[in-house]
Amino acid sequence: MAEQQPNLDQRIQRSVKKLLIAATLMFGFGFAMVPLYNVICDVTGLNGKTSSTAADASTQVDETRTVEVQFVTQTDAAMPWEFRPETRSVKVHPGEIKLVNFYAKNDAADTVVGQAVPSVSPGLAAGYLKKTQCFCFDQQTLAGGKAVDMPVIFYLDPALPKNITQITLSYTLYNVTERAEKSKDLAATGGNKF
Amino acid sequence: MTATTAEHHDHHDDHHHAPHGLKRWLFSTNHKDIGTLYLWFSFAMFLIGGLLALVIRAELMYPGMQVVDPEFFNQMTTVHGLVMVFGAIMPAFVGLANWMIPLMIGAPDMALPRMNNWSFWILPFAFTILISSVLMSAFGEGNPSAPNFGWTFYAPLSTTYGPASTDLFILSVHMMGISSIMGAINVVVTVFNLRAPGMTMMKMPLFVWTWLITAFLLVAVMPVLAGAVTMMLTDRHFGTSFFSAAGGGDPVLFQHIFWFFGHPEVYIMILPSFGVVSSIIPVFARKQLFGYASMVYATASIALLSFVVWAHHMFTVGMPLAGTLFFMYMTMLISVPTGVKVFNWMATMWRGSMTFELPMKWAIAFVILFTCGGLSGLMLAITPVDFQYHDTYFVVAHFHYVLVSGAVFSIMAAAYYWLPKWSGVMPNKILGELHFWSSLLSVNLLFFPMHFVGLAGMPRRYADYALQFADYNFWISIGAFWFGVSQLIFLVVAILCAMKKGEKAPANPWDAPEEDLEWTVPSPAPFHTFDTPPVIK
Repeated sequence: MAEQQPNLDQRIQRSVKKLLIAATLMFGFGFAMVPLYNVICDVTGLNGKTSSTAADASTQVDETRTVEVQFVTQTDAAMPWEFRPETRSVKVHPGEIKLVNFYAKNDAADTVVGQAVPSVSPGLAAGYLKKTQCFCFDQQTLAGGKAVDMPVIFYLDPALPKNITQITLSYTLYNVTERAEKSKDLAATGGNKF
Repeated sequence: MTATTAEHHDHHDDHHHAPHGLKRWLFSTNHKDIGTLYLWFSFAMFLIGGLLALVIRAELMYPGMQVVDPEFFNQMTTVHGLVMVFGAIMPAFVGLANWMIPLMIGAPDMALPRMNNWSFWILPFAFTILISSVLMSAFGEGNPSAPNFGWTFYAPLSTTYGPASTDLFILSVHMMGISSIMGAINVVVTVFNLRAPGMTMMKMPLFVWTWLITAFLLVAVMPVLAGAVTMMLTDRHFGTSFFSAAGGGDPVLFQHIFWFFGHPEVYIMILPSFGVVSSIIPVFARKQLFGYASMVYATASIALLSFVVWAHHMFTVGMPLAGTLFFMYMTMLISVPTGVKVFNWMATMWRGSMTFELPMKWAIAFVILFTCGGLSGLMLAITPVDFQYHDTYFVVAHFHYVLVSGAVFSIMAAAYYWLPKWSGVMPNKILGELHFWSSLLSVNLLFFPMHFVGLAGMPRRYADYALQFADYNFWISIGAFWFGVSQLIFLVVAILCAMKKGEKAPANPWDAPEEDLEWTVPSPAPFHTFDTPPVIK
């Protein structure tokens, strides 16, 4: 005997179920675009994003060419710090390890927590700029009126495309005091909000 | 046993008796009543959205600041866009779908009538919430302010810098989204399960096909929009940083998510138009639609391509060359299936015994003016050129040509075409002609000069402009007020029809071929139709 045909109500219910599942999955897909976007940016170096973790030290130095690395800093509107590189630009051979200091001073009376977000231009060079140490890897806390020198140790991957002779590394400093307090509160209560 | 039968009989009778008064509309599960509600609602939103646009045009009529302050101007551009997209065009198409899809496929009603009721009645609340923020701002002291970040609500304008009313906006977008998704599910389920015996997929009228594909687009992208506004909400209040660079997020990500929704959304607003026009042109050309199957495939290709072109809205944001080229070529590719459609409409009219009744006039105007909008879209697709055109009035001209003289004109065509079926009387011819010619002339006066000021560099979304744009902007504003007043003529036409004033309409006033099932039922369409499925030849 042939299988019994489902009646109209059952067919309608099945269609509705499938469509509701599709809609729910697409809602999830919206959120999945967040990690997807970050992964794509990390892999391809799009958007001038540099890696947020320390790189291993380089081994080879390519002394046949020199690349100029420029430094740009800016502070977000809500950030009461002075923030500038101690040198505006350095000339490096790909593979050569360089240390550059950034000066920061908290002009406010209270302690402020800052987070620097790097960006590299041209974007395609971002993947070749390797940082073994950077103040941008962590949040920086400065008491009111205090100043500090923050180091970045980096080198350029010798595989850097030959047509790139100038790279700009930009840091934007954000005030994350509130955020930092929130996460501290969370940590104090064992991460449990309730 | 007898008692049960009698009771059952009573109940049965009840169902065939149309309910009256407020309850008829509040609790309606009838696809025709809900369709009517959707259509009136969208027309009301069209007038409100138009009023907001006129505030914009009043301010831009002369250079310098005259009517409103820039902060309020920004709220006008934002809420005008939101009301027109989500309140006027989309619900109008859902209204047409509700009315016509069951009639066209020989179904007694939509498959999910109660959900249908709910998906409509969410909308008035959603828009009351959204528009209330404008009223608060208009009568307040400048603050609280309505959403002022443009209908695209880019982060961080809508997150870090969003006014408090952004939360009202988020809630109302969620509600509109739920309404649209439910409406879309209803259409898909109806088309898949309630077709009359013999109504195969490839026999369905194109309006049903285009709506089916639109419904799939809605199910696919409205949840992504819901995701985007949810992320905004948590960014604003719950300490996440999806779009905030300070916490490791990225504002550019917002644009990707938004346009992943936004580009398919653009086609959600135009595919049903293609269906309307494909239904009307063959009737008045007295020929079969040229290339039916190619129309179906073209619609499906446009829908698929709409998922891989979103970043053409973001060329100036910064993208590697490969990405730019990909999105540029994909965007240009869309003009192939769209061209197939336009040429099919032309071939349908070619050597037909054409007559130019009101629906046909609107349909032909649609074909010509939509093609104008399509051509400027093709120009915008060229990346290097887009760098010049981006965020200028050229873009405003482009999308108003496809949405006003495109989508809105097709909705008007649909209204004049089906009003006899909905109301039982013919729409007033003299007022109809006046409405058509007045709209046709004013819409071009309104939007065509925007191409010129855009190419000359006038940026969009500003309350003021450089002096050399003054003459064009004056005439653009004249066109805007003229177009706005013209739409009031349609209000009169619609009210006359609703009051049954006018020439009585026969069942098939346009001599449509008998395959078009909606014309086989009497005019006005009775409360219940196709309780027994029609015979499809």
